This record gives sequence, structure tokens and C-alpha cells, in this order.
Amino acid sequence: MHLGHAHTHHGAVSADAHRPDGTRRALRVGLGGPVGSGKTATVAALCRALRDTLSLAVVTNDIYTREDAEFLLREAVLPPERIRAVETGACPHTAIRDDISANLEAVEELEDAVGPLDLILVESGGDNLTATFSKGLVDAQIFVIDVAGGDDIPRKGGPGVTTADLLVVNKTDLAPHVGSDLERMARDAKEQRGELPVLFTSLRSAEGVGPVADWVGARLAAWTA
Amino acid sequence: MRTGTRSALLVLADGRFPAGGHAHSGGAEAAVKAGRIKDADDLEAFCRGRLHTTGLTSAGLAAGAAHGLDPHALDAAADARTPSPALRAAARRLGRQLMRAARAAWPDPGLDALAAAFPRGAHQPVVLGAAARAAGLGPEDAAHCAAYETVGGPATAVVRLLGLDPYRATAVLARLAPDMDRVAERAAAAAGEGVDALPAASAPLLDLTAEQHATWPVRLFAS
Repeated sequence: MHLGHAHTHHGAVSADAHRPDGTRRALRVGLGGPVGSGKTATVAALCRALRDTLSLAVVTNDIYTREDAEFLLREAVLPPERIRAVETGACPHTAIRDDISANLEAVEELEDAVGPLDLILVESGGDNLTATFSKGLVDAQIFVIDVAGGDDIPRKGGPGVTTADLLVVNKTDLAPHVGSDLERMARDAKEQRGELPVLFTSLRSAEGVGPVADWVGARLAAWTA
Repeated sequence: MRTGTRSALLVLADGRFPAGGHAHSGGAEAAVKAGRIKDADDLEAFCRGRLHTTGLTSAGLAAGAAHGLDPHALDAAADARTPSPALRAAARRLGRQLMRAARAAWPDPGLDALAAAFPRGAHQPVVLGAAARAAGLGPEDAAHCAAYETVGGPATAVVRLLGLDPYRATAVLARLAPDMDRVAERAAAAAGEGVDALPAASAPLLDLTAEQHATWPVRLFAS
């Protein structure tokens, strides 16, 4: 499937698994989901969990500020040269799906500047339930929702909930406080997603992101196999 | 001279062509914030001014590249016509993004050579002209494309920034069509005379506000 050397237009094919010098590029994992569900917190936790064993970088897609990038910088989850912010012209879903050129620039610049990289996390700006990543930009995508956004979100479905390679239901620690029924969310998610995986997380503790980190690790193992 | 295919021009000029333009306002965001664009009439005045200044200059560069003029000379000419460092950086970044889309759409040795010669990106109008050439289009087609982008970008941005009625914004573009035709014609004619004959019109206020805009901590558009 990935015959990177079989064509003559290096750099023109976005999903190509190889870099112009013939080396395998980093695995790219997208994180999308509604505003406030914990995408940036998940990215930060993944960086802390994986940075000692993997060469990592992050691309953020903020809607109108650089706050997500600045949060990651302030938290010092990665050195600043490993974090890039893409500006999206008020349309975050356009930048991750319809016109991915700025994001592709960012991931390639990161590989040039601080590579070789094992993994690049591409965080979308907080958007709506229909936002998904282009397969030309990422190899796998995680959709992050939270229990406080309403326990009917899995039932409502939508492209993110239904088709993401991994659905993360975050802030489980808040469930008793907001009256969300986790079992119902799991049941509804199963109905929408079939065999696609769902993980429930609470990032209040450092180990909270563990299952997501394991999932990313498995994708990476498959990518480099 | 190649003969243009009208449908290829539509593909290249389409706002959905994935070349990064959607994240740029062409100076409209700064003009909205400063209160210079408040309605459709202001938008029309802004677009007309932009079209006959930076629009004409961009159209000339694009026409020159489509004509086959030396891309190094064209890129230097673009630098000389772009005093704002922020706008130079934006133009090269957009040039790279357009190059990616153009090479996928119209694989071409000329585009490959231009990409190799400018790994950090050539100015966007130069890449646009080369893309037009690769698509089988001529200098006037490239100039039309550049002229249309010059006003189409700000119009879309102002719809998002002000919630401006999209029908009124589109009507502004339609009213500017004769001006766009004249600009494209002038640009293509100049391109036939060589790099030194290319238009060098500029809009100093756009250069100044682009520099200010680049320092804003909160903004919707990249430029």
C-alpha cells in the first residue's frame, strides 16, 4: 500500500508514508472534539506519558488565539520547538479536512526541524460533532467528548463519534456531579460504533491517560511494523 | 502560447481549491477592527482599492510566470514589491501551500523545478502563474485568477468577521468583475514586455496594517 518510492512527486502526495529522503515519516494522530471536552489536556497528558520513550511533536489548530499552543508551552510538556500552532481563519474543520495544506506544512516543518519523529499529535480547534480529519493529514483519529457535555452525545452520533478510530469519553470523575449515566454512554457508543474502541478517562490523576497512551502505542507499533 | 482550457481555470480559481487561502483575509480583518469596513459599501471600496494596487501587481507576477518568465527574477520582483515582512512571509507560505495542491492537480516538471528551487516557497503569485501554465492556461488566465483571489479572499473573510449578508458580499464581487477584467488585461499585456515592465502598484496602508495585525495576540485570520 505504501510504495513511497514508486512515484516521482515527492512532497506532492500528502498521505505518502515516506519523506523525500526515503525514510518513513512520523505517525500522525488527530485529536478532535467539541470545545472544552479536554483535547488539549489529553494531548498534554499523552506528551508526559510518551515523551521519555518516543520522539514527539504537536500541531495545534486554534480557532482565534494561540491559547492551546501556549497552554502546552506553559505546562512545558514538550520543548517549544516541538509545538506548532496553525491559524485556521475561523474555520477549524476546514483546516483539518477540506484544505489541509497549512497542517501539512506544519507537520513537515516539524520533521525537518526536530526530526526524526515517531509521532505527531494534531489537535483540532474545538468544533462541532461533524468535524473529522482528512485521511490525507492523519493516519488515525481520536474523538474526545466528555460526560459533562451531556450523556446523550454518543446516542446522537455524528461523524466524529461514529467513525473516529478511538472515542474517548473524558471527565468520568464528573459523572456523579452532572448526572451522566456512564453505562448508558457506553451502550450508546457501542451501538453507534460497533467494534471501534471506546475509552473512558479522567485526567485528574497522572495515570488517567494510560489507556489512550497504550492505544497510541499499539497504532505506532502497527505503523512501524 | 498555450491555449487555456476554461474548465481548468475554474478548478484553479475555485475558492475550494485546497491552497490555504481560507485562513487569510487579505487585510480585511485589520480594516474591520479599525472600523474602515462596516458594511457592503465599505467592502466594495476596500476591494476596489486592493484590486487596483496589490491586485494588479500580483496579477502581473502571475501572468509573467504563466508566460514563462524567469521565476528567480519574478520572485525577486515580488520581494521588491512587498515591503512588509509579514506579507512576504505570508506570500511565501501561501506559495508553498499552493505548490502542494498544484503539483497534485497538474503534475508537471516545471512545477517540480520551481518547488526544488524555492524549498521555503516562492511568492504565491509566481506559483499561481506556474500552476496556470502547468494546467495549460495562459498569462491572462493566470492574471484573472490572481485578480479574483485579491478580492474574493477579503469578501469571504468579511462575511465571517461581520456576519455580512453573503448575497451582498457576492454582489460586490459581481460589480467588480469589469474592473477585474481590466486589471487582468493590463497585467497580461505588461507580462509580455518582460519582468521590468511588470506593474508595481502598492497600498501602503495594507502594508502597515499587515505588520500590526501580525502582532495581535487574538485574531481569526493569519493575515
